Amino acid sequence: MGRKKSPLTAFLTVPYLVWMAIFVLVPLGMVLYFGFTTAEGQFTFQNFQSVLKYGDTFFKSIRLSLVATVICLVLAFPLGYIMSRMGEAGQRTMLLLIMLPMWMSFLLRTYGWMTLLENEGLINRFLELFGIGPLSMINTEGAVVLGMVYNYLPFMVLPLHSIMIKIDKSIIEAAEDLGANGFYVLIKVLIPLSLPGIITGITMVFVPSVSTFVISRMLGGGKNVLIGDLIEQQFLGTVYNPQAGSAMAIILMVLILVIMGIINRFDSEEMEGMMV
Amino acid sequence: MNPILELKNITLTLEDDRILDNVSLSIEDGQFVTFLGPSGCGKTTTLRIIAGFLSPDQGDVSFNGERINDLPAYKRPVNTVFQRYALFPHLNVFDNVAFGLKLKKLSKEEIRLRVMEMLEIVDLKGFERRKVNRLSGGQQQRVAIARALVNQPKILLLDEPLGALDLKLRKDMQIELMKIQKKLKTTFIYVTHDQEEALTMSDMIVVMKDGEIQQIGRPEDIYNEPKNAFVADFIGESNIFDAVMEKDFEVSFCGGTFPCLDSGFGEHKPVDVVLRPEDIVLTEPKEGNLKGVVTNVVFKGVHYEMNVSCNGLDWVVHSTRLSPVGSEVGLSFTPDDIHIMKRLFDGDENYILGEVTDENTVSFFDLSFEREGLNLPVGTRVSLTISPKSIEVVSIDRADLKVYLESLIYKGDYNELIVYTHEESLLLHSYLDQQVATDIGIKFDFDAITVTPLSGGQNG
Amino acid sequence: MRKARFFPKIYIGLSLLFLYAPIFVLIAFSFNESKSRAYFTGFTFKWYKELVQNDAIMSALFNSLLIAFLSSIIATVMGTIAAIGINSLGRRKRGFVMNLTYIPVLNPEIVTGISMMLLFVFFKQLMDLPLGFYSLLIAHVTFCLPYPILNVLPKLRQMDPSLYEAALDLGCPPLQSFFKVVVPQILSGIVSGFLMSFTYSLDDFVITYFTSGSGFSMLPVTIYSMVRKKVNPQINALSAIIFLLVLALLIGMNIAEAKKAKKE
Repeated sequence: MGRKKSPLTAFLTVPYLVWMAIFVLVPLGMVLYFGFTTAEGQFTFQNFQSVLKYGDTFFKSIRLSLVATVICLVLAFPLGYIMSRMGEAGQRTMLLLIMLPMWMSFLLRTYGWMTLLENEGLINRFLELFGIGPLSMINTEGAVVLGMVYNYLPFMVLPLHSIMIKIDKSIIEAAEDLGANGFYVLIKVLIPLSLPGIITGITMVFVPSVSTFVISRMLGGGKNVLIGDLIEQQFLGTVYNPQAGSAMAIILMVLILVIMGIINRFDSEEMEGMMV
Repeated sequence: MNPILELKNITLTLEDDRILDNVSLSIEDGQFVTFLGPSGCGKTTTLRIIAGFLSPDQGDVSFNGERINDLPAYKRPVNTVFQRYALFPHLNVFDNVAFGLKLKKLSKEEIRLRVMEMLEIVDLKGFERRKVNRLSGGQQQRVAIARALVNQPKILLLDEPLGALDLKLRKDMQIELMKIQKKLKTTFIYVTHDQEEALTMSDMIVVMKDGEIQQIGRPEDIYNEPKNAFVADFIGESNIFDAVMEKDFEVSFCGGTFPCLDSGFGEHKPVDVVLRPEDIVLTEPKEGNLKGVVTNVVFKGVHYEMNVSCNGLDWVVHSTRLSPVGSEVGLSFTPDDIHIMKRLFDGDENYILGEVTDENTVSFFDLSFEREGLNLPVGTRVSLTISPKSIEVVSIDRADLKVYLESLIYKGDYNELIVYTHEESLLLHSYLDQQVATDIGIKFDFDAITVTPLSGGQNG
Repeated sequence: MRKARFFPKIYIGLSLLFLYAPIFVLIAFSFNESKSRAYFTGFTFKWYKELVQNDAIMSALFNSLLIAFLSSIIATVMGTIAAIGINSLGRRKRGFVMNLTYIPVLNPEIVTGISMMLLFVFFKQLMDLPLGFYSLLIAHVTFCLPYPILNVLPKLRQMDPSLYEAALDLGCPPLQSFFKVVVPQILSGIVSGFLMSFTYSLDDFVITYFTSGSGFSMLPVTIYSMVRKKVNPQINALSAIIFLLVLALLIGMNIAEAKKAKKE
């Protein structure tokens, strides 16, 4: 039966909407404005052209964060699956153990890796015992990827786990019963059924990775500058250049949208393929 | 005696849907009144207007002669038992029942006494400290009733309160509710779609359909003298047939003409006729008013329900004596057993306005069809005569038109459907059963439509 | 079969080692006498003592707690009210408002950070209002707001809509009905929304970094400037304390949850 929603209740959203408009939409509008104007307020594409010379940086950011995302997925998939098959108490404990580091400042966790990876650090000390090294690990691309994987791995595990606990054990048993081997079950049953979790996980790892500036700053040294570092320098570096910074931020947002669009599309095609 | 509650010309439209249409009603103090009708008929909406959760677009709600339209729900001297009880999950049984009393700032001791007394009435003594979600459906129901009644409302509103209970429990609760009502003499307004419940419990029944009151009366009156085919069909089992009122006190149907007690319909007017299955007596073939053959027999515990085929119509007859399938019987009834009612739909055919929109093309609603040799200028307004038989019910995806099914009545041979679309009602015949108050699809046999130009349109 | 059961345990062990190795290294070296991060030269508590006496860190901690507390309270109140409004909207309008709600959740933090910085710099030029307490409070309320909404909304949808009407029906005025009947039903959502807001606010670095200005120091920004100067064992001590606090909090919440689940 049609129920009349009190129009008065709907007005309760007004303060919230006003707040979001002023402090979310207006600032994003300002980013757009600055991206397309000169310091004098003239319309221009100049800001985007000046960003072109940082093409390598953009490419590198995308490359490193894609690598980190793939590694996260590969590491998290078995972990999520193993967790989803554990007892209730086991799952509860595992979830707690995986979330606990997330609640600590990620600056401190990354600082921990600085300690480990240093030339004089613990890992090199350990390798020394076997006569290896010292390896230079800090201030490399590898260290940056490691930092991304380390910080955002839980973001991949949690959605995968929460979708995998919904997969009925009997589905996998049924597939095995029909003669499917482990690999076949993985490709034809487990991955297609976990797809929504995979997509969420990829988004949650890729977006912060591609836009980070802290991880690259702390673990990559001066050599491994990413988009995030570039943007940060325009706003809090020696020169305040909001025009160039905004243009970079716009490009970053567009990049993320495009890449997420491709992933979503690839996945939905994949899914259709699997269905047939 | 003055009415305790009066509704005057209540009209309510929500999102372009006319939910209530000119509902007027007065209820006397101490009565057990039931709003009865199919889902979507407006009975719950009427209840919510009385409770103060909805305000009507037009019309007055009066309590003891005083207009209370603008009195907010929490100040009205009525209490409600909600459909799914709406018990407060965070409070125990005692605190749920005491909720209203605590707001009245009564002393602790008085609250305790009244709550305990009420729990005793609803047979829940000893359950005070129980969490409400630990109770069975029937017990939750009793808490809901106690919570409302403890405030000593002038009127208790009950919105399908027994709908969620199983049959056995429902029967018990019906009796219990009637006992409570007799004991407290509070006015009860009870909403249900269950005609049996309404007939058992009520002093007065208000039958509703599509936001309009169809009939108000005592259960016996509603059962014995239904005002139209809808009421007859909805209340109890009925044989409903197309008939023609030949003149006052004479009606013909099923191939015969019979004396009856009704008058004032005019001459040769199409009407509906209703005969209750238990009013018809099976006799020797020669002795009955009509002759038929038994086609089906079902034993119903106390009586046999028999289908008798007579002149192409299917009759339902209840009798304690069995006539086996295939036997020839006579159907006997007296003028008193024949109930004559106005048709729900005026006339036997649909008359729809259309327009010639192209050479040999006629449009109506948002449909158009071609008619060879029409020879009417574009823009001519035409009247379309569509026989109920040339409209077919089909699944919505194959349909010409999606329509709202207002009513469906079995007429002994076919179902008579009244559907609503583009602000017009259409009559159609079908052999299929459909869910009333839903959308269905219909398909026209365009070749069977008669096109008559309207004289006014030809000039323009 | 035996191998199959063995593999998961090893895998989980290695994963946890990966997750906790840097944390345990930090904690271990917080007790190290020398500043070295490679050689353990002797046990000491002196870094903890220095940490507590470090005014910069302590005042930053106080500021962070203050902002977290205020912003999560404001966000929870505003978000709960908004959730009630959103719950009463039609499908279309609700979709629009929810899309708006997801913007700060899905947008990269750095973009949220710089966009708000642009707005506050504009305010600064307009009314000579420097970035600091007010800009941080606004920024934190903004990125916290989605969490109370996303936590309260499902509770509202689970709630029987007749409950509020039942309270009115029993003579309870609207506002009182809301507090007596609706709030208890959605309280768990309000509380978890508040807790999430509080922890996100306390933990956020990126948006804080862009909106804090120079006058008002926040703990994550202070930590950032310290770790960039590399060796300072006070950071290790701070890590150990935070780790223990978080551990205690999570275990406490877990126990409470388990108890509640058992009760039901």
